[in-house]
Parts: sequence; structure tokens; C-alpha cells
Amino acid sequence: MSLSINDVYKVARLARLGMTEQEAQTAHTQLLNIFGLIAEMQAVDTNGIAPMSHAQDISQRLREDVVTEHNQRELFQAAAPQIKKGLYLVPQVIE
Amino acid sequence: MRSKKISSVELTQLYLHRITALNSKLNAYITVNEEMSLVQARAADVQLAQSKIHALTGIPIAQKDIFCAMGWRTTCGSKMLSNFIAPYDAHVIEQFNRVGAVNLGKTNMDEFAMGSSNETSYFGNVKNPWNNNAVPGGSSGGSAAAVSAHLCAAATGTDTGGSIRQPAALCGISGLKPTYGVVSRYGMIAFASSLDQAGPMARSAEDLALLLNVMAGFDERDSTSLQRETEDYTRDLNKPLNGLRIGLPKEFFAAGLSADVAQAIEASIAEYKKLGASVVDISLPNSRLSIPVYYVLAPAEASSNLSRYDGVRYGYRAPEYTNLADMYEKSRAQGFGEEVKRRIMIGTSVLSHGYYDAYYLQAQKIRRLIAQDLSKHLSNVTSSWDQPLPPLPSIWPRKTMTQCRCTFPTSILSR
Repeated sequence: MSLSINDVYKVARLARLGMTEQEAQTAHTQLLNIFGLIAEMQAVDTNGIAPMSHAQDISQRLREDVVTEHNQRELFQAAAPQIKKGLYLVPQVIE
Repeated sequence: MRSKKISSVELTQLYLHRITALNSKLNAYITVNEEMSLVQARAADVQLAQSKIHALTGIPIAQKDIFCAMGWRTTCGSKMLSNFIAPYDAHVIEQFNRVGAVNLGKTNMDEFAMGSSNETSYFGNVKNPWNNNAVPGGSSGGSAAAVSAHLCAAATGTDTGGSIRQPAALCGISGLKPTYGVVSRYGMIAFASSLDQAGPMARSAEDLALLLNVMAGFDERDSTSLQRETEDYTRDLNKPLNGLRIGLPKEFFAAGLSADVAQAIEASIAEYKKLGASVVDISLPNSRLSIPVYYVLAPAEASSNLSRYDGVRYGYRAPEYTNLADMYEKSRAQGFGEEVKRRIMIGTSVLSHGYYDAYYLQAQKIRRLIAQDLSKHLSNVTSSWDQPLPPLPSIWPRKTMTQCRCTFPTSILSR
């Protein structure tokens, strides 16, 4: 397993986790440890075994195409860090 | 209560007084709201006077702080949600409200249920009531400690890889992880969705059955909720154990099992035999692989579930940032604790290009091998021994891998 410190920064960026240099070093060590722990899986013969994504072997239910949720914008936006006139405020992304 | 010896308000106040006296020591509760609890207790007393009663009407139940309860602060043990007031009720909370139970407060837990010792909570460690220098287990450690110390009549927990079973064992109470899909996950904050399952924690099997009767049931808002005939989980409580076959996976009794735990298990096996059960030795050859499989699948699902915490719609937002990406990165870096960030990094890694097939898909394939091991035996035995603690807790330990080996396999199949 050759995971470099640059890979750690790349993963952190994908996960949207800000990281100092020292935190990245720690994360690097932790990831190498975990990859060491899970390396055992590579030796297992899984030829012809279908991946099991879930404990239940059932397909998704369908429901009637009707409205089930009503607009509760004010209630749900009460928990928002910053809103204005029913909109969530974030830093400007388009000039 | 039915014989009018005590009212729900009196019982609720009794527990609230005990919480006031003991919580500063045990830290089992994150949030207590006397007024909201007493409103429910008064309503329960009205119901009791009109004889409109269910077994749990007026009974004060502690709720793990992973369940959204309308108007209650719901933190999931995280700084990220430390100011989050839930705008709706989880299915589990609705079910307890429906029968007139009292929500006594929200119990402490490992942050986003990621931990096995309650040391990752943003709100501090929970202490084991039996020995304040020992951990209560986790992630449902607050619920386990609260039940054990008589700070509630019973409690709820959730279990992804052992988070009900292990703290119940460490605090000397009863806990049950139901079959996946029996209890709706609606309004239960997600960790690893294909494994998360809610269940009861209480002082006896009878109490567990009474709670599960309320918690279980089909809910269309959870797409994995099982559609089954309604069951009365109390139906077999007085049935003799004759004919019950208990499977003992030999892999759980191998190296790593400490002598005192082995002795306690042997004593309880003898007790089960005396009560009429028979014991069958079984083998789960792939069970050791449940550790690497769990450490791939659970973080992978968590990294996806926790991407919703971005500081935009709810939750923590960093006070200073330069642009949108910086706002995401700072809010998440400051709002999540170390263990949560570690698991997000693991999950993001195993799902990323170049690792997905070798780790994530391989783990899902091995998951099937482990499940097949268990299925083979479950047609033959009525229950398998899910013994959550090979080495007993010393002082403030983290859960060892040997403990995980015993709870992960059944999480994976979820029986």
C-alpha cells in the first residue's frame, strides 16, 4: 500500500475537511494503519461471490405518485446558520 | 401506576431528582428538559385516570441523543449539532409518544455513534455507574449508564457494530439489537445506513419486549422498513427453554478471551442447560474477517452520510471563511471530532478511484461469505451466542478488536 501525503490531501479535499500539515501527517499514519488492518481481505478468494450491499435481499418499494410532504420552510430554516427571505445564505460563488 | 400508588408526574420527578443529583458525576444525559418531560407526564396522568392505557403510559424513558425529538436539542454527541433543535419526531419517538410514554431526556453517546467507550462525545465521557473509573461502553453508553444507575425506567439505543450489546454488557443491563428493518430509521441520525438499527435497553428481558412492542413496526418513510405481521414480543417470556438450541461459535472462544469472562460464560451456559436449552458447537470460519469488512463498509457509508453537514442548512458553521469551499472545509474541520474525521477519511479513501474495487467491493463480497456462514447455522440453531466482551473492561480502555470480532458478524447479517 503506497499512500503518499499528497494522496491524504487529495482525500481530505474530496471529503471537504480542512487540514493543517500536522493533521495531515497524523491522518497519513492513521490511514496507513487502517490499510494494514484491512490488507488481510486481499488474500480471500471471492471469485463468483456477488457483493452484498445490504442485509436484506429485497428491492425498493414503489409508492403512489402523490404529494406526501408539505411546505414547512420556516420550521426547517429555523435551524439554518444564515437565511434571508427564505433563502440560505452562502458566500458568493458567481461573479 | 395502574393501582394509583404513584402518578406519572411523581415518577418523572423522582427520576429528574436523581438525574440532578447524579448526572454531574456520571454524565449520562446531554439534555434534560424538566418542563417538556412534565407536560408529557401530566398528559399521561390524564390518560391513566381515563383508563386509556398501554403498558408504557406514563413511564419515563431516556432517548439516545441520536433520535430527533421535536423541540428537543438533538446533538448526536457532536459539536456539529450542539445547537440543533429537531424540527420533527423520529418514528421511534412518535411511537413512544403515541402510547403516552414520557421522554425523560437525551442520553450521551459517542460522536455520531462512532466509538465503543463513550470517550468520543463532544459532551465528555460517560462513567460506568459500577465503577466510575471504568468506561460504560459505547456508543449507547449514556443510555446504558442511565438504565444501570436508575436514572430512567428504560432507554433506547442504536447498534451499528455492537453499540447496544456492548454497553449493555459493560453496565450489567439487558440490551437487544433487533433484526435490521424491524425498527424504522426515520429521524434516527445516520452513521452506516446498511447496519444501523435501533433497539431497547432495559433492566430485564420483559422490559425489552415491552419496549420493542412499541418501537417495532412498518414505516413507509424508511425504505428498508420490514413489512411483517405485528408480533407480540412478550409472547414467549414464560415459555420454558426446552428445545432452544444455542450455537456457540468456537472462534469467539479462542485466543483473547480472558479467564474471568470465560468463567462467567461457562456459568451462564450451565444455567441455560439447566433451564432446558441445548448447546451446539458451531464454526464461523470467516468471522475474523468481519473486522476489516466493518472497517471498510461502515466508514464508507459514514463518509457519504456525513457529507450533509456543510454548514449551510443546519449545524455548525465556522465563524470565518474566505469562500464557499473554505466555509465547507472549516465548518467540517471545526465541527467534527477526531474520531469522526478519521472515519470520514477512511471512508473517502476506500471509495476513491483505484481503491473502490480492491477494498469496498471486496469487503461487500466477504460480507456475503460471513452472512452465509451465519445463515447456514441459523437454520439449525435458534440463537447464536453473541457475546460482546471477551476481555473485561479495565480502566478507560477502548474496545479491543477481540470484542468487535464477536459483535460484527451478526451486525453484518443482522439477525
